[in-house]
Amino acid sequence: MTAQVQQVQTKTGRLTAYKQDAADQININRRARPFDDFIRALLLLAGIVSILTTIGIVIVLGNETLLFIQQLTPEGEPAVTIGEFLATTEWQPVGYKFGIWPLLEATLMTSFVAILVALPLGLGAAIYLSEYATRQVRDTLKPILEILAGIPTVVYGYFAVTFMTPLLQAIGGDAVQFYNTLSAGLVMGIMILPTIASMSEDALSAVPRLLREASYGMGATKFETISKVILPAALSGILAALIVGISRAVGETMIVALAAGAGPNFTLPPNFLVGAETITGHIARISGGDLSYNSIDYNSLFSLGLALFVFTLLLNMLSRYISNRFREAYQ
Amino acid sequence: MSATALDQSALRQEDSFIRGLRNRHRFGAIWKRFFQGATIFGLIALILLTFNVLNRVFGYVAIVNRIEPSSLSDRPLEELSAEELGVILIESAGASFNPRIGLANLIPGGLGTQNSNYIANRDNPIGELIPNVPAEYAAIPLGEITSEQATTILSTIATKEDLLDLVKLYVVGEKVGDAWSLTESLFNRAAIDEYAAANPNAKIEFRNWLSLTFLSNRMSDNPLVSGIRIALLGTVWVLVFTILVAFPLGVGTAIYLQEYSTGDTWLERVIETNIRNLAGVPSIIYGLLGLAIFVRTLEPITQGRTVISAALTMSLLILPIIIINAQEALRAVPPSLREASFGLGATKWQTVWRSVLPAALPGILTGTILGMSRAIGETAPLVIIGAATFIATNPDGPLARFTVIPIQIYNWTKDARPGYGEVSAAAIVLLLIVLLTFNAVAIYLRQRFRRALQG
Repeated sequence: MTAQVQQVQTKTGRLTAYKQDAADQININRRARPFDDFIRALLLLAGIVSILTTIGIVIVLGNETLLFIQQLTPEGEPAVTIGEFLATTEWQPVGYKFGIWPLLEATLMTSFVAILVALPLGLGAAIYLSEYATRQVRDTLKPILEILAGIPTVVYGYFAVTFMTPLLQAIGGDAVQFYNTLSAGLVMGIMILPTIASMSEDALSAVPRLLREASYGMGATKFETISKVILPAALSGILAALIVGISRAVGETMIVALAAGAGPNFTLPPNFLVGAETITGHIARISGGDLSYNSIDYNSLFSLGLALFVFTLLLNMLSRYISNRFREAYQ
Repeated sequence: MSATALDQSALRQEDSFIRGLRNRHRFGAIWKRFFQGATIFGLIALILLTFNVLNRVFGYVAIVNRIEPSSLSDRPLEELSAEELGVILIESAGASFNPRIGLANLIPGGLGTQNSNYIANRDNPIGELIPNVPAEYAAIPLGEITSEQATTILSTIATKEDLLDLVKLYVVGEKVGDAWSLTESLFNRAAIDEYAAANPNAKIEFRNWLSLTFLSNRMSDNPLVSGIRIALLGTVWVLVFTILVAFPLGVGTAIYLQEYSTGDTWLERVIETNIRNLAGVPSIIYGLLGLAIFVRTLEPITQGRTVISAALTMSLLILPIIIINAQEALRAVPPSLREASFGLGATKWQTVWRSVLPAALPGILTGTILGMSRAIGETAPLVIIGAATFIATNPDGPLARFTVIPIQIYNWTKDARPGYGEVSAAAIVLLLIVLLTFNAVAIYLRQRFRRALQG
């Protein structure tokens, strides 16, 4: 454009007239190109798909749960009440017994064992990597731990069945059944260890160096600095890691489907050496078979899914809330 | 006098301080050992996991045959033609081989073992079960078909591969008597010798379970000839359609959130929060969503439990991973690149398309590969939407019934019969090799990306 203007200026001198023409052509106040608007709308549409996914999950789980509550036994009585669902200890779809506790207990038991393994070891590894290890060691070890996080859960399930369970049986003898919640929980602990380690390591490295130096300046040893200064400072990040770990343990399916058991089993006091089916394990087993739609079995799976969804959603939101508050503390 | 006393008490104090300091350091050293131990535990777990799998891929196996293949033909069975295999089958019909059960073997996407396949489908007309049955037999229920009719149908529609499987399963009656891991094979020969002494007709040989025939064979009831081909193809089909859906949606969302969104409107904030929440939803929930929406509600389009239903479910599952990683890649592109583009008079989309996206592409691809490896290994949602447990034919498109490698591992691991743990281990090694390759590519891209942005 400028070149043209110069050309016009030198050749004819009718600059003013040309400027008028150019102003007609370039109107800065004109709306952006329609093509750009179209693209923008298309991209927004892509973003909306993720919202539709959430809405879809809520509607599907909610709708099927409503159908589940409305189901009647052959005698015409309600097949399940919310009270029965939340307060009884037998899950037998054939006999119209729908108490969530046997499944919930197994879920809590496997998750408890998993956290018992993953929290101390994961946090320990995080402290070692962030506070003790040299840069070289850290750069070698961290990717290796990340490999552990990338292994598919069905492979962990195989590990539980072919390694952990025989090991436990060799130690505990006949008391240990082939299916047991202990084996599933221990292997699940190994599975979530890298998650907890990596999130905790991030939290520990985010603690400002000033705090460490101040602590050394007061004459504290390295361990005292870690336990009394750094850990409290990183506590909310570590808590967030713990909660994400719990949420992953509760939602984990393949390990428990292979190793924990293939039938609901309520034990009081909890017996970790016998088989019991978790919420996720039950959903996987029942839907894996030939399931007819609109049967009460089918509907009941979605009510279990809803319970799982709400629980893990709350955990994840809590985890993000805690780590967001932590981030603000240092800015 | 008093000065000395003071000195002594100071010495005592210093002495106790030094002792205390030594204890404090010792205490710290113990904890350091624990932290080190925790890290090493992770490494040991990884080594054990790998070793446990590899250990089962090689080892001695005891093969037990009801009839020796050499008594059927002077050539190896694999070299016989379809006609010759058919003759062997017909000759043994009535004795060891029931042609009706053999026919049940050919039902696509059946229920698992051939006998249960037969029992479950006894009352259904054969034409509905197997599509290419000659028209004159199509209306007869499977349970009422005569041996002669079944033999005729078999000889017209069964492929050579089908016939070989049938001969091995029913005529030869080949099965795994027992299988030993590599360590057992090397260090516990006594157990193997003991087995050989107790079962004189068992043929004991050293076997590599992850062989080329394992890759090229279809699945079978017999672990010795069972292979991963159909599941491998299933994984490829599902993965291709997953990426076709998830990549444009994911990258589009990321571009919108990173380049267009100001984060001011409620819609933009909702999308952003929602993606973080979706990333934490257990995969089994996506399975329930896929079962209700893609398998059931959209059945007229997706034909139920098919490749496309699985791919759509998977793409929703990996969408948050792709979005979050792509957002990070876009965020890493320096603003000067955008400003330069705007300065030259480019529009927003021209800037994004010609300047920002090329710079962010390696990072976006890294995230996509991470999402893909998640999709390859994920099992639970596909169990829920109902991957088939037994398919005899290759999946041939988006509307085919399917199974994938992890599902196959799951089914084989559940099976306690000898030999299944070994094929399962072979499939796991294959899966891990695929995943390792994917991750290596991702790491390479990430490093190249870093260098490109710095340089």
